[in-house]
Amino acid sequence: MRDFSYLRASSVDEALSAASMPATMLLAGGTTLLDLAKCGVNAPERVVDITHLKGLDAIRVDAKGAFIGALAKMSRVAADPAILAEFPAVSEALWQAASAQIRNMATIGGNLLQRTRCAYFRDPASFPACNKRVPGSGCSAMEGVNRGHAVLGTSDACIATYPGDLAAALVAFDAVVHLGERKVPIDDFFLLPGTTPHKEHAMHPGEMITAITIPASAAARHSTYLKVRDRQSYEFAAASAAVGIEFEADHETIRDIRIGLGGVATKPWRARTVEDALRGKVLEPDTIKSASRLAVEGAIAHGGNHYKIELAPRVVERAILKSGALA
Amino acid sequence: MTIVDTKIKHGDASDGLLGGRLARIDGPAKITGAADYAMEHSPEGMVYAVIIDSTIASGRVVAIDTSAAEAYPGVLLVLTPDNALPIKTATDWTGAPPPEVPYEPLAREITFAGQHIAAVIAETFEQATAAAALVKVTYEESAPISSFDDPRSGEAFPIDMMTKEWGDADAALAIAPVRIEQEYKTPREYNVPIEPHGLIAHWEGDMLTLWEPSQWIDGMSRTYAEWFSIPFENVRMLSPYIGGGFGSKALPTRYGAVAAIAAKMLDRPVKLAITRPQTFTAFGGRPATRQTIALGATREGKLLSIVHRSANETSMDDVAIEPLGSVTSIMYAVPNFSSRQNIVPVNTVKPGALRAPGENPSAFGIECAIDELAYEVGIDPLDIRLLNYAEEDPHAKKPWSTRRLREAYAAGAEAFGWAKRSPSVRSMREGKQLIGYGVAAGTYPVRRTPGEAMVRILSNGTIEVASSGIDMGQGTYTILAQTAAEAIGVPVETVVVKLGDSSLPRAPVAGGSQLANLMTGAVHVAALAARDELIGLAINDQNSPFRDLQANTLTIEGGQMSSPRDAGSSVAIAEVMRRTGRDRIEALRNTLPENLRNKDDHFRNFTTISTMLSPTEGDYSMHSWCVHFVEVRVDVDFGTVRVSRMVSALDSGRLYNPKLAESQWKGGIIMGIGQALLEEGLVDQRNGHVMNNNLGDYLVPTNADIPDLKVISVGIPDTNASILGGKAVGELAIVGVAPAIANAVYHATGIRVRDLPITLEKLI
Ligand SMILES: Cc1cc2nc3c(=O)[nH]c(=O)nc-3n(C[C@H](O)[C@H](O)[C@H](O)COP(=O)(O)OP(=O)(O)OC[C@H]3O[C@@H](n4cnc5c(N)ncnc54)[C@H](O)[C@@H]3O)c2cc1C
Ligand code: SF4
Repeated sequence: MRDFSYLRASSVDEALSAASMPATMLLAGGTTLLDLAKCGVNAPERVVDITHLKGLDAIRVDAKGAFIGALAKMSRVAADPAILAEFPAVSEALWQAASAQIRNMATIGGNLLQRTRCAYFRDPASFPACNKRVPGSGCSAMEGVNRGHAVLGTSDACIATYPGDLAAALVAFDAVVHLGERKVPIDDFFLLPGTTPHKEHAMHPGEMITAITIPASAAARHSTYLKVRDRQSYEFAAASAAVGIEFEADHETIRDIRIGLGGVATKPWRARTVEDALRGKVLEPDTIKSASRLAVEGAIAHGGNHYKIELAPRVVERAILKSGALA
Repeated sequence: MTIVDTKIKHGDASDGLLGGRLARIDGPAKITGAADYAMEHSPEGMVYAVIIDSTIASGRVVAIDTSAAEAYPGVLLVLTPDNALPIKTATDWTGAPPPEVPYEPLAREITFAGQHIAAVIAETFEQATAAAALVKVTYEESAPISSFDDPRSGEAFPIDMMTKEWGDADAALAIAPVRIEQEYKTPREYNVPIEPHGLIAHWEGDMLTLWEPSQWIDGMSRTYAEWFSIPFENVRMLSPYIGGGFGSKALPTRYGAVAAIAAKMLDRPVKLAITRPQTFTAFGGRPATRQTIALGATREGKLLSIVHRSANETSMDDVAIEPLGSVTSIMYAVPNFSSRQNIVPVNTVKPGALRAPGENPSAFGIECAIDELAYEVGIDPLDIRLLNYAEEDPHAKKPWSTRRLREAYAAGAEAFGWAKRSPSVRSMREGKQLIGYGVAAGTYPVRRTPGEAMVRILSNGTIEVASSGIDMGQGTYTILAQTAAEAIGVPVETVVVKLGDSSLPRAPVAGGSQLANLMTGAVHVAALAARDELIGLAINDQNSPFRDLQANTLTIEGGQMSSPRDAGSSVAIAEVMRRTGRDRIEALRNTLPENLRNKDDHFRNFTTISTMLSPTEGDYSMHSWCVHFVEVRVDVDFGTVRVSRMVSALDSGRLYNPKLAESQWKGGIIMGIGQALLEEGLVDQRNGHVMNNNLGDYLVPTNADIPDLKVISVGIPDTNASILGGKAVGELAIVGVAPAIANAVYHATGIRVRDLPITLEKLI
């Protein structure tokens, strides 16, 4: 049996000091951690169970925005009436993620830190080459089965998609990741693979996610999350878009627009060029269509994922139309 | 078209007799968790085996370093080809005598990724798993051929026995006024039943007990007996419930041999459960297939010629044939026909049976092609099917026993509202959703093997039915209770059915959709014999309450016996048994023909498929038939396909229990929707690995993908096909679903997708 020590943390401080030891992993809902342990990707020597920590599962929404504790379950956040009212894209992203069983187990902190579904990453026994797992070992996916892989934010080292739905919505609305006292904007929290795909986020050893906050905005209030996939439920996105719009008083000129993309990039992706092209414009179909194309500027396909370059702008376009109708 | 008036007998929910909609008898046990599945046993002293698979697809094992694993706590044995107890090769399922060579379930020569090469047996599953990771294997690797799309795989070799030809197909095609030719492909598809495969093997002296989910207790028991050179009677296999098989639990496996060898070597019960990823390589699913179909027709759409060339993948060292001409050759009346098939060896596990092997991909080809022809000549896809309706079997040139396909077309079209279809493509739309209607037919043969059953009347009036035949969810427990209840004349609640145990009377494979027909037949015959004996006893025994009536027969109804002369004075069966002092009446009967009743043939009948009759043996050609009408909605921008409505009309002959038959049909249809839109083994061409070897990535439909399914029975009893008039049910309904959906997608979008699954990138 692959032995590991198990600690049930009774305070954040205890969790943090335990987590600063090497080869230690925090255990929240376990839906990623245990899955990857079975695949042989995760082999922690110490597991620190944080699920019994008090006060980390709060969900509060006020005029300034939302505060969501790291241990809040996906299903609870999705169903929270205030989240639904103020951040509909966040609720929708969660509803459309994973399965009911997983949503009931999984936490918001763990959700942000879920790992890629790249099948090569998940099978160390058969595929030694994976830069994300073993820096410098190569990338098995570049010329392999890569239908689900990223077209944006890729590097020569790694093309793995960041699979989560929630983060795509959070990145659109400038959420902030709380690592105790330290606060990191979500766009900075997630890192591009570059030459170091094994470094996925800006958390230091001995830190943990304690909460996320999302600033209130009119765009967030009039937002939607559109997820496209072959299977109607329980599948990761082929492409998804979180879009929120705020209009000027004329109800047709865009004052503010936020666009986050999922399923197509190596990290939760903010489509700023599309936003810039639309800010100040009147919402009308041709403008939206041509602006949406900018979402995949610089995209690179690797064979099986070429369709994403065609699909992603169409998803953005539809999501803009949908959220425009809400605003 | 006119709607044919079909009188369908719908049973009543409370009706426990044959034809009634009795709910599954095993349902409550399954829902409450009381049903104990084979793998849930834990005999005293049980240890755990974990299989180690090759990570390369082609080459050989040079060395296996087991030292670290052997030193690991709890490890009892690391099994490799070098130390495994030698066993013999067994007779195969066709009955072909085995070669006199040892059987080596662990390989040295590697022909596919995921091939078993070693096993670790330890006190706990966790220890075995951890130690397995410590076994170091050195390979000499060669470049694999990972699919038949690899040009190096070549055209491979023809299977002459699959050739079907009449007329002069090439010549007729060459002069046909209308010709179309296209290639249709289906990918590797996998059974992935929710209950994992595996077994518990337990030796006591030279007696071997196996708890193993099995679709064929007697066939698999024979194999184990021959492997270990012990008498057949020394093998006891138990498989009381099965959590899905779809064809993948019918034949003995290499890991089964490994577990039994380990159990023998250690003299401990060994449990071996394969992992979810191993369900993609420990046995084969449906092979990838390709078919080129050329149709020659008149300008009105009447078929003149069909030229069909096909191939399926097989493994490097064995022959797997997916009969791709099976539907092509019988669906339509055509004067000239040619079908030939090749198999292409590639580095894969030997493909196996997956619901309707052959008929399923075959129908995808011909039922898409006929649709293409309909558009080509500009007639309704339903009309072209009626225009080319086969009034007799065009291949066997025999009359159909029954073929209610015309009735199915009519009933399905009416219920679906086919008449509302607008003829041209891309002409129906709601917002961003393109709407399409599609139709396709399907068929599955009636396979017939004689059966056997024991029926007992016990002293308390309980009726016991016993067979080694199995119930994998299709309803064997239930319909056999109904059969016995009806034949004897007792309430269904008084019948107890025992199945899935090799110590019970013999049964052939639960495959080819034959089990319900042959088992109801055998139970019917045995139950009538038991009833006759009971009546004889009641008439003749000097202590019988009926003795004085001097009746020459008695009737039994609701468990009460009475004389036709004196219906008023009825006596319960239990009372008759008590008064006559009998503790049981027992009738073991089989439906073997006279010439097969000797001991050897009897054994062969149940442990091989050598006595199974083909659907055209005898005076008739016997098949089940169906048609599916589908409405799809395709997102105009995203290419996502959703099945929004579906009506299927099916002819399975007489239904012994319509509720259960409908469940089987719906299950098949759901699987067909998955096949059409989602299922595909994604193979890394560089090393032959199935990359989506888990249920997170190998997609099967969720509830959200399935609309309400309407199924209509148009069958009538067909007593040529079976003793009680039923035809094939289980595998029928998946056939034709994928082409119906592909045809609907074409109607919606104008895009013809000829390679499954129809994923979004093929439509944007
Ligand atoms: C089959 C399947 C399908 C799925 N489909 C989707 C989908 O469609 N969309 C989607 O978005 N997601 C999907 N998921 C992913 C799922 O949402 C994540 O597994 C889940 O959110 C992880 O949360 P958890 O609490 O279980 O995390 P855990 O497994 O407990 O932890 C995940 C990681 O985060 C670390 N961690 C956990 N909490 C903290 C913390 N507070 N601070 C620092 N580190 C922490 C752990 O150490 C671990 O490395 C799917 C998962 C599976 C298995
Ligand atoms: S894409 Fe990234 S995660 Fe996948 S194999 Fe390449 S390096 Fe590893």
